[in-house]
Amino acid sequence: MTSLPTPTTWRAWLTADAPASRRQARAASLYQGWQRLRANRLTMLGLAVLALLVLAAIFAPLLAPYSPYAQSLGDRLLPPGSEGHLLGTDSLGRDILSRLLFGARISLYIVLLVVLVAPVLGLLVGTIAGYAGGIVDTVLMRVTDIFLAFPRLILALAFVSALGAGIENAVLAISLTAWPPYARIARAETLTFRGADFIHAVRLQGAGPVRIVTRHIWPLCVPSLVIRVTLDMAGIILTAAGLGFLGLGARPPSPEWGAMISGGSDYLLDSWWVATIPGLAIFAVSLAFNLIGDGLRDVLDPKDSGQ
Amino acid sequence: MMHRSGLKAAAIAALMGATAMPALADTPPNMLIVASAIDDLITLDPAEAFEFSAGDVVDNVYEKLVSFDPTDLEAGYQPSLAESWEVSEDGTEITFTLAEDHVFASGNPVTANDAAYSLQRAVKLDKTPSFILTQFGFTADNVEERITAPDETTLVLTLDQPYAVSFVLNCLTATIASVVDSETVMANAGDDMGNTWLRNNSAGSGPYMLQSWTPDESYILQANENYSGEAPALPRIVVQHIPESATQRLQLERGDIDVARDLSPSDIAGIEGSEDIKVMDELRGRIQYWGANQKSDVLSNPQVIEAMKWATDYQGMADSFLSGQYNVHQAFLPETFLGAMTDTPYSFDIEKAQALMDESGVEDAAISMEVRDDQIDLGIAQSLQNTWGQIGIEVELNVGTGAQTLDVYRSRQHDIYLGAWGPDYPDPNTNAGTFAYNPDNSDEAQLTGLLAWRNAWAVPEAMNEATQAAVTEQDTEARAEQYMALQEEFAQTAPFGIMFQQVEQNAMRSEVEGWVAGGSITSVFYWAVSK
Amino acid sequence: MGDATLGKGRPAPLLARWPRKALSLVVTVAVTLLGLLFVTFMIGRVMPIDPVLAVIGERATQAQYEAAYQALGLDRPLLVQFFSYVGEVLQGDFGRSLRTGQPVAQDIARVFPATLELATLGTLIGVSIGVPLGVLAAVYRGSWIDQIARILGLVGYSMPIFWLGLMGLLLFYGILGWVSGPGRLGVFYQGLVPTRTGLLLVDSAIAGDWTVFRDAFSHIILPASILGYFSLAYISRMTRSFMLEQLSSEYVTTARVKGLSEWHVVWRHAFRNISVQLITVIALSYANLLEGSVLTEIIFAWPGLGNYITTSLLANDMNAVLGGTVVIGTIFVCLNILSDILYRVFDPRAK
Repeated sequence: MTSLPTPTTWRAWLTADAPASRRQARAASLYQGWQRLRANRLTMLGLAVLALLVLAAIFAPLLAPYSPYAQSLGDRLLPPGSEGHLLGTDSLGRDILSRLLFGARISLYIVLLVVLVAPVLGLLVGTIAGYAGGIVDTVLMRVTDIFLAFPRLILALAFVSALGAGIENAVLAISLTAWPPYARIARAETLTFRGADFIHAVRLQGAGPVRIVTRHIWPLCVPSLVIRVTLDMAGIILTAAGLGFLGLGARPPSPEWGAMISGGSDYLLDSWWVATIPGLAIFAVSLAFNLIGDGLRDVLDPKDSGQ
Repeated sequence: MMHRSGLKAAAIAALMGATAMPALADTPPNMLIVASAIDDLITLDPAEAFEFSAGDVVDNVYEKLVSFDPTDLEAGYQPSLAESWEVSEDGTEITFTLAEDHVFASGNPVTANDAAYSLQRAVKLDKTPSFILTQFGFTADNVEERITAPDETTLVLTLDQPYAVSFVLNCLTATIASVVDSETVMANAGDDMGNTWLRNNSAGSGPYMLQSWTPDESYILQANENYSGEAPALPRIVVQHIPESATQRLQLERGDIDVARDLSPSDIAGIEGSEDIKVMDELRGRIQYWGANQKSDVLSNPQVIEAMKWATDYQGMADSFLSGQYNVHQAFLPETFLGAMTDTPYSFDIEKAQALMDESGVEDAAISMEVRDDQIDLGIAQSLQNTWGQIGIEVELNVGTGAQTLDVYRSRQHDIYLGAWGPDYPDPNTNAGTFAYNPDNSDEAQLTGLLAWRNAWAVPEAMNEATQAAVTEQDTEARAEQYMALQEEFAQTAPFGIMFQQVEQNAMRSEVEGWVAGGSITSVFYWAVSK
Repeated sequence: MGDATLGKGRPAPLLARWPRKALSLVVTVAVTLLGLLFVTFMIGRVMPIDPVLAVIGERATQAQYEAAYQALGLDRPLLVQFFSYVGEVLQGDFGRSLRTGQPVAQDIARVFPATLELATLGTLIGVSIGVPLGVLAAVYRGSWIDQIARILGLVGYSMPIFWLGLMGLLLFYGILGWVSGPGRLGVFYQGLVPTRTGLLLVDSAIAGDWTVFRDAFSHIILPASILGYFSLAYISRMTRSFMLEQLSSEYVTTARVKGLSEWHVVWRHAFRNISVQLITVIALSYANLLEGSVLTEIIFAWPGLGNYITTSLLANDMNAVLGGTVVIGTIFVCLNILSDILYRVFDPRAK
């Protein structure tokens, strides 16, 4: 172990010209990345929106003026700006702002769940295929191709119809359609590492394939997967909203944004806000994710950068 | 093709006059253009068709022995293909005399043979609506002896026991009793008595014939030149599949269509006051209800059921998101049916409901509700969820497609089923026989067609008997009273919460005249429409 | 083809390997499609929607139910059902749709041209705006045009398409009246031109019936523009990225040093070099529009394949869903392979 220098500040340590350890080098490059990211105003805007979303989700019970489920048939379809209802009410007299805030939880929940399921599935399939090679590789990649050849939304629809409507099932359905690209990335990465010297070394030390894959290959695949996942988040949100719009996402009375649009589309002509406001919310959040993804790409893949 | 060149001229004139895309100001004068959700259409064979949209087609393309007068639906069945009928003294034989001037679109005359063939065919094919005929004792084996045509103009039906004549004739107004052109059908039949061919072809003697049906897109009816009655004012009927209310409204406002059939209450409210558009309200036969599965411990507690009936905001719903399209109605017979009860014994009373819950000893019940993915149903479901929650009944909504929820319902796996029920023929027995009749409540009986069975409700013996007795009562007034008593008892004891009866609001351009959607008993009469 | 020397004067290796390549390609496609069928089939069978109920409806008795169950062949073991289905598909028989009562092949032949027309026009719009925009954004990197391209792209990626469709319909049809409403053609224009290709714009142009053409155009332009916007977002971004790569390469610098005009450098050299990559991207985006137009079709009541599959799916009309999925899957796989082949054949740098 190299001894850590005693830096006067973290910043000095992070910006040191000659990093003393691998850890410092990695931390330093992350820091530089962050500095570049920070320079991108749009990305920061995205982060800010995302932060707002997270805050809204966490503090929804405190921020929301009403329960998202409280109906008041006498106060239905009030326009935005009505007394007590900043964003108006829906067809059952529920406060749209309150539903929007609680809906943020659902959106985050969906994104988190998908992010936990799809890349893991892809990682598993991709690394096994890449490491094992031969017939296993062929079979697994064929399966991946089959899923890639599917119309994605239709596959998700089919899964949800098979499993029944509901958030968890929507998540599962989205994950099942989202994993193939991750599998491809993981396989490609695995192929580059498989023949690497350090893997040979580990193997010579007697490590079995399971250990090699889980301990040595997986950690190396993670960074590229993380980037890809960030770029895919907006897509996940949009697909989830699409399922909600078709009545296959969260169950009523859940304030899922896509379902709110669907419920409001019947009132579009006279009460535009019921469908428009959740639509704007979906747009804002997926735009935020895209801005962040875009910024990340700039940092990691400069040739694509717009700066 | 006269209208085509006229159209072109109009279109070209519009093109020259406007820079924006032109919308024709009016629909063509000889054509009725209707926007409606018609994706329920599966088949147009009268022996098989049982969907709302199919009734609209079949009833305008075929004639029946008896049918309705659109200008006076309350008069009940009227002579149509049959000019008169006689009932034998023991009440088991009905002899119809057919009018002689009716002709099929093919040019073949309508004879008693065609009528006998059509009814026999419906019984033998044994498709879903066949029970409307088979309840009189017809089976595939005996129908050739029991439905006969001794000569060209005489048709004899032999029933297994005497029934109220009105009951039999009401059943003969149903779409399944439509008379098809036996020669044409047999010429196009495979081994299925023409079922495949009739799915998307017509062989009737009605005012129209089917020109085309493109699933999920449209159907077009063209006047039948051989029709024996007065030629319809509008020789061409085009019905477009437009599922969205907002879209229908836009099209109507822009004059792209003549009639919009599925406008939501808010869109109806939105067009009110427009000079070019009028709205016709018509009470339909469809009722909205919930049924509680008696296999559930909580729901088989009569006090809980009663509490739920009180904890329903009938008027609140009817005045808000159901406004104008559903009336509060709490009897299983829709209003305008013989013997329909119009009292509404229940109203929204949380305290009373809470007291009943306290009495029942049930606390913190958690139940699920099967709901179709439909804005009206979802609205009602969420309102029930809200008010029942106030008396300690947590409801989880299971939303699915129609087929999904129906599957759960038929296999008795629901707690609460929220749904709609429409009468199959304009006789009180159509609803009494399903809500208030269940001869065998065992799982093995599989009486999946009966709502009482689906909810595992063992109908009290006395009620079963009363329901059966009512179909043989010859005196109409006595019959009405029997149904009245049946409904009163039902409203108090049955595990069904009947809430609303549908009012169909058809919005149309102001020049459209004579539109009748069919009331609570039948389908639309296109031939009576003019503009 | 890892043959680095492949190039002028040496096409032989390619040709020599062609049959084997072709064979393995065919096997790959067949296996993929079979798998696609299998997955869809199994989903359909575990689906809690009872296909029988979709046919017989609410009132049927148990006996009628069982008759229909057997008539649909649902009493046979799953694998038997699957293989008999595959056998029928190989003969071009997709079975009969439960929902429409028509043969599925006939239904698809009716709805597919609608989707094709929409996706084609969408792609045309996307390409005709997206490519120039991407090139300009790369050439004037960092300028306002680059920013506009970037924002357009980001917004396109972030917009819920069904919502954009609803809003577009409300604005351009409902309020402004610039376009016609949902559907493909006004009712009174239906059946006026003979169906040749099923593409209304083409059919009416062939027939020379410009009023029909104009009506069809005013129906298709809004949904196609919305789809086109999404394809624009993707195409312009990829074009820009490809162009940047070219513009930073040595030969461009050399060309510039040689004093060639900027126009010449950009279009004659850089753009020509990315054309193959671009074709791949366009093919992919086209395939995506073909399969991804589901929500747009629903919003615009567009009688296309996406609408057909979705509606059938919700009624568990599995014959229809399977048939539709196979068609879309086949097209998707073929477009993928086609772009792959193009790439390999024309791009000397492909490994």
